[in-house]
Amino acid sequence: MLNLDDILKEAQAAFAGIDNPDELEQAKARYLGKSGALTEQLKQLGKMPPEERREAGARINQAKDLLEQALKDRREAIQERLLQSKLAQEALDVTLPGRGLGMGGLHPVTRTLQRIEALFRSIGFSVAEGPEIESDFYNFTALNIPENHPARAMHDTFYVDDQHVLRTHTSPVQVHHMQNHQPPLKVIAPGRVYRCDSDVTHTPMFHQVEGLWVDEQVNFAELKGVLADFMQRFFERDDLKVRFRPSFFPFTEPSAEMDIGCVMCGGTGCRVCSHTGWLEVLGCGMVHPNVLGHVNVDSEKYLGFAFGLGVERLAMLRYGVNDLRLFFESDLRFLKQFN
Amino acid sequence: MKFSENWLRAYVNPDLDSDRLAHALTMAGLEVEALESVAPPFDKVVVGEVLSLEKHPDADRLNVCRVNIGAGEPLQIVCGAANVCAGAKVPCALVGAQLPKMAIKQAKVRGVESSGMLCSESELGLADESSGLLLLPSDATVGQSIRDYLGLDDKLYTLKLTPNRSDCLSVTGVAREVAAVTGAALNLPNAVVVPASIPDRIAVAVDEPAACPRYCGRVLKGLNAAATTPEWMARRLKRSGLRPISAVVDVTNYVLLELGQPLHAFDMAKIQGGISVRFARSGEQLELLNQQTAALDSDMLVISDAAQVLALAGVMGGQASAVSDTTVDIFLESAFFSPDTIAGKARRLTLSTDSSYRFERGVDFAATRSALERATQLLLEICGGAAGEITEVTAEWPQRAPIRLRVARVSKVLGIVLSAAQIAALLSRLQFNYSEDVSLSPNSLPEGERDEVSLREFYITAFQVTPPSYRFDLAIEADLIEEMARLYGYDNIPALPPRGSLNMLAQSEAARGRDALQALLTARDYQEVINYSFVDAAWERDIAGNDSPLPLKNPIASQMGVMRSTLFGGLIDNLSFNLNRKQERVRLFETGCCFYRSAEGFNQPERIAGLCYGNAKPEQWGEAVRAADFYDAKADVEALFWPAVPRFEAAPHPALHPGQAAKVWLEGEFLGWIGTLHPKWQQKYELPAAPVLFELDIAALLRGRVPAFAEIAKFQAVRRDIAVVVDEGVSVQALLDGMSEHLPSVVSELALFDVYRGKGIDLGKKSLAFRVLMQDTRQTLTDEEVDAATAQLAEVLTSRFGAKLRN
Repeated sequence: MLNLDDILKEAQAAFAGIDNPDELEQAKARYLGKSGALTEQLKQLGKMPPEERREAGARINQAKDLLEQALKDRREAIQERLLQSKLAQEALDVTLPGRGLGMGGLHPVTRTLQRIEALFRSIGFSVAEGPEIESDFYNFTALNIPENHPARAMHDTFYVDDQHVLRTHTSPVQVHHMQNHQPPLKVIAPGRVYRCDSDVTHTPMFHQVEGLWVDEQVNFAELKGVLADFMQRFFERDDLKVRFRPSFFPFTEPSAEMDIGCVMCGGTGCRVCSHTGWLEVLGCGMVHPNVLGHVNVDSEKYLGFAFGLGVERLAMLRYGVNDLRLFFESDLRFLKQFN
Repeated sequence: MKFSENWLRAYVNPDLDSDRLAHALTMAGLEVEALESVAPPFDKVVVGEVLSLEKHPDADRLNVCRVNIGAGEPLQIVCGAANVCAGAKVPCALVGAQLPKMAIKQAKVRGVESSGMLCSESELGLADESSGLLLLPSDATVGQSIRDYLGLDDKLYTLKLTPNRSDCLSVTGVAREVAAVTGAALNLPNAVVVPASIPDRIAVAVDEPAACPRYCGRVLKGLNAAATTPEWMARRLKRSGLRPISAVVDVTNYVLLELGQPLHAFDMAKIQGGISVRFARSGEQLELLNQQTAALDSDMLVISDAAQVLALAGVMGGQASAVSDTTVDIFLESAFFSPDTIAGKARRLTLSTDSSYRFERGVDFAATRSALERATQLLLEICGGAAGEITEVTAEWPQRAPIRLRVARVSKVLGIVLSAAQIAALLSRLQFNYSEDVSLSPNSLPEGERDEVSLREFYITAFQVTPPSYRFDLAIEADLIEEMARLYGYDNIPALPPRGSLNMLAQSEAARGRDALQALLTARDYQEVINYSFVDAAWERDIAGNDSPLPLKNPIASQMGVMRSTLFGGLIDNLSFNLNRKQERVRLFETGCCFYRSAEGFNQPERIAGLCYGNAKPEQWGEAVRAADFYDAKADVEALFWPAVPRFEAAPHPALHPGQAAKVWLEGEFLGWIGTLHPKWQQKYELPAAPVLFELDIAALLRGRVPAFAEIAKFQAVRRDIAVVVDEGVSVQALLDGMSEHLPSVVSELALFDVYRGKGIDLGKKSLAFRVLMQDTRQTLTDEEVDAATAQLAEVLTSRFGAKLRN
């Protein structure tokens, strides 16, 4: 029965040399098949004397277990190798670019508008809108700018007909809003406005955001507080300097012009701030009692403040754009810079 | 408003340098737009007198001059100026002088010693260019520093005044303001009275006392109109940007700048009979001083004599009665015309004059007569002659009703505590007249002051303030509160965090913002643009088929003459612009209003529009290159509507290819268009290929929905496909609509999933495959039920649309 160890050794060696699952099964048949070497050994058990048969049977079965274990190990090894080889074949160049559509982007003015809206929403302002072709009444009269008032000349108005203009500011939205809502009011009105003026620093259409807060106790100091806070948050500069100067708007009294320290040069003086260190960024003031009167808000009970800021101006300062006209040329090389 | 600092400081001289004074003015609301020096820095230049000159021995164009500089030996100076002559007084730069562009050294000029330089204006930096030496008047003091002699140590202020501050349109007015702001003493010239020395007068009739509440005029005779304007006056005029013209005109301009009162001088020889102030009559005309002939309207106030209109009151005089060098006798007018009367008249004639600019904003009506006296004084000094009695016609002056300024209100509006005493002090600085309202109770005090106040006999609750005659901007309490804030200093008012009740904003979940649509399109590879709302009328005609677009009355350019009724024009133009800059794939969108007139007025719907041009996808590996077509853009439109599902209906549009254009509908509402640009516009606008365009009313896209849960079906859905062959002309929508009309109740979804043309399908036909999902909420469907439902749908297709079933 020495033969058994030889068979085992031979089979183990045979299995180890096989890399292919089919060949492995064929090799298995050579030892464990109907006429396989080990099967032949089992067949000879019958011819053995009973006292030997028991021991020999145990030995053959043990050899068979070992053989099957060797076969299983080899099978798994072959599977693993095949898997590895398949995985290796399937490897990608992960650095190739992804496929599909590209991404577009928002216009810098829209981006700026959204930022302004988000900041004012964060302290409870809602957003209102109004028409762009506006009646003379809403654009001027209701804002305390009577016909022939010199302030009308400041506006370079586009006329659609004798009674209608392209709104020269977003301030008329104040009037619409106050007609339709009762105080307290806290609202901003973003939108396109139009002035008949076109040169390096003026385009005939641009964007403004009007703001209005009407309540029983708002005051000029709070107007300063809200706008200073806004500018510092907008430019993400806690140390941004601001100043307010007396100015004139027919629809506010007192009126102020707000300047911020030049964000380009830090106040030392540059071309952008005309070497003054200051940038004029918005007009504001306490709502004129006549404006409140036009919409039947009791100006004794309620006070209000209002402001109007130029969106392109803020966008230019924020992103360092040096030519206003670029906003309206729709040059993709410009627009994609803001994506 | 432009003026010399030295002139201002003659009236008020605060202890502030030029920059600080400018800052104080700006912070008080009189914005200093420019602060310039009259002359650049230089030194060692004196008044020199050319005693004699002789030709340079070696240079034809040079002269060797002997120049007296008032001290020491005369200097020998070589000079190349053509206008040098013996006796001339000229600026002489001494050796060691530092001029704006050069330093003066002892030098030899072609071998001749030269100890200095005789100067032109440009060499001193007083002019950009000049020809020859600056010749000084013969009475110039030899040896005096030229800076002192010409008053060059002066600065020019340019104020950008707001329309409410007409009181600062004179040096006197600015001085008054500087005194109020800085507290410095005000020293205005004393008012003069020039008594009549001749009996001549001209009768004045003011027919319109409301338009002209005050009119003063007087006759001046025997003037020398050719007299020379004195140097000091000419200098102040020039430094205010006015060119000296003639003595009479210069004096009226000078008084305008000094006091803010526009004056007008008529040549008395051209006046027939008396003067009347009246409105123009229909058909009247006037040739103005600028040679423009104005057709006068009946709301234009005029000055006329017995025969004709002489001047457009407060705007401009007439040519016929204008003074000239030969004028001997004049009638000098100083009047107050009401702002309402003058406002808008100059603009209507496309004029703007110093006079109308002031009158329409408001001129001090208390100073009408004193300005006339001042002008008389100056004219008699300069031109000689004699003055007659002043004729004054006065109606009712503008009302200056007292304004009640409540102490507590000032603090409430400004958010600071200002005591009655502080307010009184500020009112006094402004030289406003006021009286006090008092109360025995301290309740009227501003809140912050109430606690600390000691017992007093009475408390001031308010001031009754009478605005001065020169302030046209003070009518209500708020105006005075601004004055208080201005003088207190806007910068001294703290910036405080706002107070208010905290309430959450209403947020409708069923509505979405415009930003959601913008985000969706940017995620689908579109770039946002913003175009002007006014466009070329030709675009409207081509692109919108709009022959009568909404025009602007005063467009800025003809190609921006009409309001757009579609966003397509701008997008097509943007495409062209970018193709010219080597872009090959252009996908743009815009949101904005479109405009058209309707029976109710103006319609201005907001729309969102897109343009899709070039490859469907950016050039990349592993994807076949394919041009974007109608269906690519349609998917974007569908995405904008999602989860709503719009319907598309073939329809013609002027801008679009007739076979590739559709109206877009949602729930019976027409919302816009999608289509490929018409080949004729592609050709006209020189585009290599036609873009696909879409435009939708934005309002419908902003309507969303709040989701509502429905039970999930317990039974598996069954799918059957129906494939049919139909004529090319039959639309998929028609088949879907037909099947939907007879939809078996078990069908939960019906959709097209394949279109096939080609082998096996006849020309002019197409094969369509529909997916039918069926489900019952109560039980699993049997084969019989499924087959019956499928057959029912197939039957619709075959019988109504002539479809042949494919197996």
